[in-house]
Amino acid sequence: MPITVERPKLTLLEKFYFPAIIKGLRITIGHAIRILRRKKKVTMQYPEEKWDDNMPEYYRGAPALVTDEHGRERCVSCQLCEFICPPRAITIIPEEIPSDDKWSKVEKRPKEFEIDMIRCIYCGMCEEVCPEQAIYLRKDYAITGHNREEMVHDKEKLYEIGGVREGLVNKWNKLK
Amino acid sequence: MSLLFYIFSGLMLGFGLMVIVCRNPLSSALCLVISFLGLAALFVTLNAYFISVIQILVYTGAVMVLFLFIIMLLDIREEKSKDWNLLALGGGVIVLFGFVAQLISVLGGFDEGKQKMVPFPEDLSHEDVKMIGVEIFTNYNFHLQVLGVLLLVATIGVVVLSRQQGKEGSENN
Amino acid sequence: MEAGNILTSIEVMPILISFIKIVVVIFAVILPMVAYSVWAERRVSAVIQERVGPNRVGIPFTKIGLFGLGQPIADGIKFLLKEDFTPGHVNKLYYWLAPALTMVPALLTCAVLPFGSELFGEKMVIADLNVGPLFVFAIASLSVYGIVLAGWASNSKYSFLGGVRSSSQMISYEISLGLSLVPVLLIFGELNLSEIVREQSKNGWLLLPFWGEGAIWNGGVDRFFLLFPAFIAFIVFTTSIFAETNRLPFDLPECETELVAGYHTEYSSMKFALFFLGEYAAMIIGSGLIVTLFLGGWSLPFGLDAYLMSVSGDPQQIPWWLGLIHIGTFLAKVIAFILFFIWVRWTLPRFRYDQLMKLGWIIFFELALVNIFITAGILILTRDPAP
Repeated sequence: MPITVERPKLTLLEKFYFPAIIKGLRITIGHAIRILRRKKKVTMQYPEEKWDDNMPEYYRGAPALVTDEHGRERCVSCQLCEFICPPRAITIIPEEIPSDDKWSKVEKRPKEFEIDMIRCIYCGMCEEVCPEQAIYLRKDYAITGHNREEMVHDKEKLYEIGGVREGLVNKWNKLK
Repeated sequence: MSLLFYIFSGLMLGFGLMVIVCRNPLSSALCLVISFLGLAALFVTLNAYFISVIQILVYTGAVMVLFLFIIMLLDIREEKSKDWNLLALGGGVIVLFGFVAQLISVLGGFDEGKQKMVPFPEDLSHEDVKMIGVEIFTNYNFHLQVLGVLLLVATIGVVVLSRQQGKEGSENN
Repeated sequence: MEAGNILTSIEVMPILISFIKIVVVIFAVILPMVAYSVWAERRVSAVIQERVGPNRVGIPFTKIGLFGLGQPIADGIKFLLKEDFTPGHVNKLYYWLAPALTMVPALLTCAVLPFGSELFGEKMVIADLNVGPLFVFAIASLSVYGIVLAGWASNSKYSFLGGVRSSSQMISYEISLGLSLVPVLLIFGELNLSEIVREQSKNGWLLLPFWGEGAIWNGGVDRFFLLFPAFIAFIVFTTSIFAETNRLPFDLPECETELVAGYHTEYSSMKFALFFLGEYAAMIIGSGLIVTLFLGGWSLPFGLDAYLMSVSGDPQQIPWWLGLIHIGTFLAKVIAFILFFIWVRWTLPRFRYDQLMKLGWIIFFELALVNIFITAGILILTRDPAP
């Protein structure tokens, strides 16, 4: 059943519009004065002021590789992340760890590990799927470059961002 | 001053000619506007600021805008036909010659026009609005009232006619 | 007349002085003011909406921001360097003509505005016509052509609707604009804008008659009672200026939600900029006209003019420093009015088209008409009949 909403009957004063207009003007000038007197601050002047201190622990920034407390790269190049990555940003070329290496029983490690940051959508699927807890999304968000090549993070860069992560981490905890 | 006179009268006549030469009605209307502006400029050179401003305000600012408005709302297709209508052309030429002949005969008989113009009194040159006002509201007051009533009648007539049409057409009024 | 005779008969000095005045007023005052009113529009709108607005562009290649005062220059360079695209389906001649036809009338009207009293004995007005307000209306009515032509020549439905709306709106509001001015002219009995301002400087502004002969304790009873019709005229006139300049409560010709951008939908680069700046130029001239007619133009309030004149000694000659103060006063008043325009724009929502027409034809037209009779009645009752 259609519901008919009656137009409100305006009083004589309301029909003049002027009180309403003046009321509106007062509201806008009130907001302007509040900003001008710096009673309220909304905008952050980006390059000078940054949000970094308020960033939550679960912020999803640039994905990066981590090493463990012994300096071993955690990634065993199982290529699950490469497989799961929705925009196919990850490219891994695996390599066998030579038998004389300290960690030769791990057998595999990435020879090349590239994440194309133009493609990356920061979804965090790689982090979720990784069985070795080797890839994490860090807090870096200002990722820029002058050309496409610069925007591809190679293994060295990924370890530089990621750093060391000690012990096993409960990934499903919000505070990882 | 005479230089300005030739410039503006040339502008006026040239664009006046364009009004009838142009095939596109919009161009014709705009040429007429420029012609009017030339006329207003001529009035300025005669120190008749009021008439000149009224010329622009009424003719170019109001009447021609409405003309333009209506021309724009019409479906304009440029007339491609270049056929000369001999009858119309002949008639036009006859009217033109008749008009020019009459103009020559009238101006030829106008002896005062051959004398030099009386120099314009300096003290009057800045009071044209006041002079026109005084003249209209004292000597021609009755005529003004009659004109006002006539225009009012015309306005009411238009309103009545348009309202009747609205009622017949649909319920949108 | 011989050619040499013509040249010698023309006096060079007045032409030179007018030329200097025109160049200074247009290029040193109006155009920078247009550019900076765009900047002010952006900053004030930002402040009203609790944002920041353009605050970065300062001196190039340095980090000096200057509150973003370089923004208009950057915008201008951007407009000049953008691609000037002419769509294939337009009527070329009129498409090119239209932007100029909106900008030129807006600049022409400033010829009769008295922007100062006197400087070195020279009147601070480009053309001291005795039909000032009528001249302004006549030239302002020409600015319709630019918009109509832009709408028609663009050959697109949005532009066309915008053009049609704009022209009907401007024609409608010109009537109440003209009629609301009649009481003002009745009160001053004068059509020369410079004389109107001089009278206000001596005997009180139209909306503030509290000194000189206009004050009620000095016998200015008529001016006191005329405050009421003057205020009505002020409101009708100001609102009509809003409608004439297509400012926001009445910006139906270019309302984005319905017509994309209205009559300048098909325009780009500098041609668009001309429309944009023409609107602001018209706004500045409109503010100047309101200030001149209702708020005393270049004059200082409360008889300060007369006091400063008496300080300077010579009662006939206005000293140069007072002339500069007068120019500054005029500019300050105009700037205040521009800020008011901006403030209103960011407060009120847009009118519906039928509401706009109803307001113009049914309310303002009648109000202005009745106002003329009220003014005439008060004048008859309070003033001695003219000799």
